[in-house]
Amino acid sequence: MAEQTQILKVENLHTWFRGDGRIARAVDGVSFTINKGETFALLGESGCGKSVTSLSIMRLVPEPGGKIVQGRVNLHGQDLLQLPETQMRDVRGSRIAMIFQEPMTSLNPVLKIGEQIEETAVRHKTLKEGQTARQKAIELLNAVGLPDAQRRYSEYPHQLSGGMKQRVMIAIALAGDPELLIADEPTTALDVTIQSQVLQLLRELQGETHMAVMLITHDLGVVAEMADRVAVMYAGQIVEQADRETFFKAPKHPYSIKLFESLPNRTKRNQRLAVIQGSVPSLATEFKGCRFEPRCQFAIEDCKNNVPVWQSFDELGEETGVLCHRFDPRFESQFSEPVQKIFDAVAQSDDPVTTRGFKELLKVNELKVHFPIQKGLFKRTVGHVRAVDGVSIDIPQGKTLALVGESGCGKTTVGKGILQLISPTAGSVNLDNEELTNLAKHQMRQRRKDIQIIFQDPFSSMNPRMMVADIIEEGMVAQRVGGDKQKRQTRIDELLNQVGLSPEVKYRYPHEFSGGQRQRICIARALAVEPKLIICDEPTSALDVSVQAQILNLLKELQDKFGLAYLFITHNLSVVEYLAHNVAVMYLGRIVETGTVEEVLENPLHPYTKALLSAVPQVDIDSERKVIRLRGELPSPANPPVGCHFNPRCAKAWQECRNGYPSARSVSPTHSVRCYLYQEN
Amino acid sequence: MLAYLVRRILYALPILIGVNLLTFALFFVVNKPDDMARMHLGVKHVTPAAIERWKQEHGYDKPLFYNPASETGNAFTDTIFFTKSVRLFIFDFGNADDGRNITYDITQRMWPSLAIAIPTLLVGLLVYITFAMTLAFFRATYIDYAGVILAVVLMSISGLFYIIGGQYLVSKLLHLVPISGYATGLTAIKFLILPVLIGVIGSIGSNSRWYRTIFLEEINKDYVRTARAKGLSERVVLFKHVLKNALIPILTGIVVILPMLFMGNLILESFFGVPGLGSYTIDAIRQQDFAIVRAMVFLGSVLYIIGLILTDISYTIVDPRIRLGGS
Ligand SMILES: Nc1ncnc2c1ncn2[C@@H]1O[C@H](COP(=O)(O)OP(=O)(O)OP(=O)(O)O)[C@@H](O)[C@H]1O
Ligand code: SF4
Ligand code: SF4
Ligand SMILES: [Mg+2]
Repeated sequence: MAEQTQILKVENLHTWFRGDGRIARAVDGVSFTINKGETFALLGESGCGKSVTSLSIMRLVPEPGGKIVQGRVNLHGQDLLQLPETQMRDVRGSRIAMIFQEPMTSLNPVLKIGEQIEETAVRHKTLKEGQTARQKAIELLNAVGLPDAQRRYSEYPHQLSGGMKQRVMIAIALAGDPELLIADEPTTALDVTIQSQVLQLLRELQGETHMAVMLITHDLGVVAEMADRVAVMYAGQIVEQADRETFFKAPKHPYSIKLFESLPNRTKRNQRLAVIQGSVPSLATEFKGCRFEPRCQFAIEDCKNNVPVWQSFDELGEETGVLCHRFDPRFESQFSEPVQKIFDAVAQSDDPVTTRGFKELLKVNELKVHFPIQKGLFKRTVGHVRAVDGVSIDIPQGKTLALVGESGCGKTTVGKGILQLISPTAGSVNLDNEELTNLAKHQMRQRRKDIQIIFQDPFSSMNPRMMVADIIEEGMVAQRVGGDKQKRQTRIDELLNQVGLSPEVKYRYPHEFSGGQRQRICIARALAVEPKLIICDEPTSALDVSVQAQILNLLKELQDKFGLAYLFITHNLSVVEYLAHNVAVMYLGRIVETGTVEEVLENPLHPYTKALLSAVPQVDIDSERKVIRLRGELPSPANPPVGCHFNPRCAKAWQECRNGYPSARSVSPTHSVRCYLYQEN
Repeated sequence: MLAYLVRRILYALPILIGVNLLTFALFFVVNKPDDMARMHLGVKHVTPAAIERWKQEHGYDKPLFYNPASETGNAFTDTIFFTKSVRLFIFDFGNADDGRNITYDITQRMWPSLAIAIPTLLVGLLVYITFAMTLAFFRATYIDYAGVILAVVLMSISGLFYIIGGQYLVSKLLHLVPISGYATGLTAIKFLILPVLIGVIGSIGSNSRWYRTIFLEEINKDYVRTARAKGLSERVVLFKHVLKNALIPILTGIVVILPMLFMGNLILESFFGVPGLGSYTIDAIRQQDFAIVRAMVFLGSVLYIIGLILTDISYTIVDPRIRLGGS
């Protein structure tokens, strides 16, 4: 340990934002070091100050408003915060490079990607003897694994997919030969299979160049996969720091423990997920005690009145430690019971999900939704995007079917097709023995009572100028449920209670709520008309894990209580494991494999399902997992590959796979797969 | 492309008819054919017979829109509106009330208009962009605040003040250039300098403020942060990255007015005695010459519609996202 060379040492960093007459202490006393060649992960939920920390290191905190008010950022002993701006520019892009969360907007839309890469190389004079800038750019494009680099050189960012753009961002960062690469949520905007490609690339590049990586993420799985050391941030401070093994074997800070407990997975199927009550405190508050105290179940009186001090575990080095009274010798006596024990007691299991009758509720048969592609200024139809191309699914009453797949595979369109928000090109949608595709508009409006939808972004799906009560009441009035005005108000109170909000909130507006609370309001709105089926379109993907746990608990509870069926559209497989009864895996407009959760997740058959499952970063650091990396990306649904649509990316593909799309083969009464590798039995 | 143009032109037709109807109606609400005749014949000693004769000569002896007593039996076509306005659609502007051919006048007078409008546009662009970029460079400093205040002050002053003040200072006191007038060839330059200068100064306030907003909006985008993270200097960030993106809304905003440059500047041309289309229009209004006003309004609408079409096309040329989007 001792012989590691320290590159970066951040000491007591404070970065504040002024505005609206308040000061937000976004980063409030953060210290850590990064050593040569290692990956240091900064983990935390949204808004805890991860990005601001990294921007402070680069001295790119948005001005005016943001200001580094205190601290030191030493790069090889030289304090970057004292450098004149012109010298700082020699550091940026050369000694420390950075890539950002949003590859879509982080590249200049009007410059060729080659030019954007060259620029860094030219600026920091990293061209080799006799090498032109163009050669360097192409070399870097090859290094980040972008196929056909010569041609890509003169393309513009909009011509690339998200994953490719992130590769270009990495190429830009590499162009200055940095010692330290700061990657701010580099894969958050990408699909799992693409995420695993990008993470793999980062690891390989790190092996070649020995640069250190500071990886900012909110995903414990990514940390487990990538990091050497971890720091957990909460409300502007680092609350725990440890090496990866120590952290994943036994997280020590109550907040870290909770983070693990709130992750959904299969082993927790029959329990409620642990939730962290309340929400992150406003960073504008003056803290007199521990910031986590209002949400901490181990809090003692002193936690309220004394600010905790860093407790390092000396045997593991000064850096490893936590910010919590529980480890402070002065308070030790008060925590007699080992934390884990208390914890296990709290996470007692609820009654298992009751299995109700197998009455079919929704039967979708060969659903097709094709969109015309209109081209040029004169809107000629030149082809069709086969967004959904023959999807058949069944959902029994009171059950959850998870529809999983990468972005762009057509999941959301299936949902819209079922709801008749888009009229399907072909196929049938049968709800409770009634065919929906040929209902007249007014008849369909009545049937909407039975199917409701909740969306990924709870904020944009609510009218910001309507009060919560009106938002919930709207649907009841339209569907004529809930009786007269008086009765409706009582029902609204009841609904708010059911989703875990207090009835007083009904006179407030959507912007006054947090993301998780807003999603609860959307659920209350959906429940208001007493539906039989709720289509949940990525309902938790915009939320932090601890909040996600609350919503998943709620959905499960409501299903048990009211026998609701869910069509759960998601790309998050751990959510599927936790919540779903049946799974359908979708690839390029078709279902490639379907079965019960146990069948599909424990015994995946289709090569795509296998790859998808293997790409999910696992929190369990001991699991010997072999990631199947897919070549390339999801092809365009306008021009799908001939034969099995998966064949260009499939490692098992053979001659026959190009002959035609494989038909569904049943391997058990519930499990079927569309792949030539399997025979009907 | 062709189909697109045809479609746009078909869409434009109802607009042009509407504009035409509206100018026609407005003009004849304000003055009847009788008033026009009186205006042209002189106010005194005008006999009703002379008025009738004038109206007949100039084609104003018919009803406005509907002529039940028409001899040819065409109640709608045998009207002032039809005979005077519909010909415009084939760009036959006819004759002015004093007998001159309007089309000929337009071809003669558009050159002085362009001689002012084009330099004003080019010099203006350079000045506004430079000013706006300077403010963006010094954003949220006192230089920026002072610049914005200056822009607001310049904006609030009436354009007439710049003209009269400029003429007084530059021509009357300093005798640098003639106060007004026009000449052909290179000698025109001394007559053009002042109006161009005043044209540019008159719009500094509004345009620079607008461009500054465009620059600031771009500066806050993610790709600028990427550019800074590369270690580029603020100058390179602004000139290479921000400017290129900001030019898209700026240039496409200009394309729409390009065809309108032919129409000249009404006020500048009148004050500086430049025989362009602007002063032509003003004089026509003053003399109640309906034929010219109608022709100019029609021409203006046509040019504006052309401007809109050019804007659409220019987007596809400047912006790689649209340019290559379809391919
Ligand atoms: N430009 C700004 N002006 C004012 N406050 C800001 C600004 N940028 C960030 N903040 C505040 O600083 C705090 C930390 O923000 P930061 O972006 O570092 O969070 P984060 O941990 O990166 O979250 P996420 O996971 O959502 O990216 C937040 O409270 C945020 O509101
Ligand atoms: S200091 Fe107290 S409140 Fe804060 S995390 Fe530790 S036990 Fe919980
Ligand atoms: S059918 Fe062939 S290409 Fe398609 S998934 Fe199966 S093995 Fe792969
Ligand atoms: Mg962030």
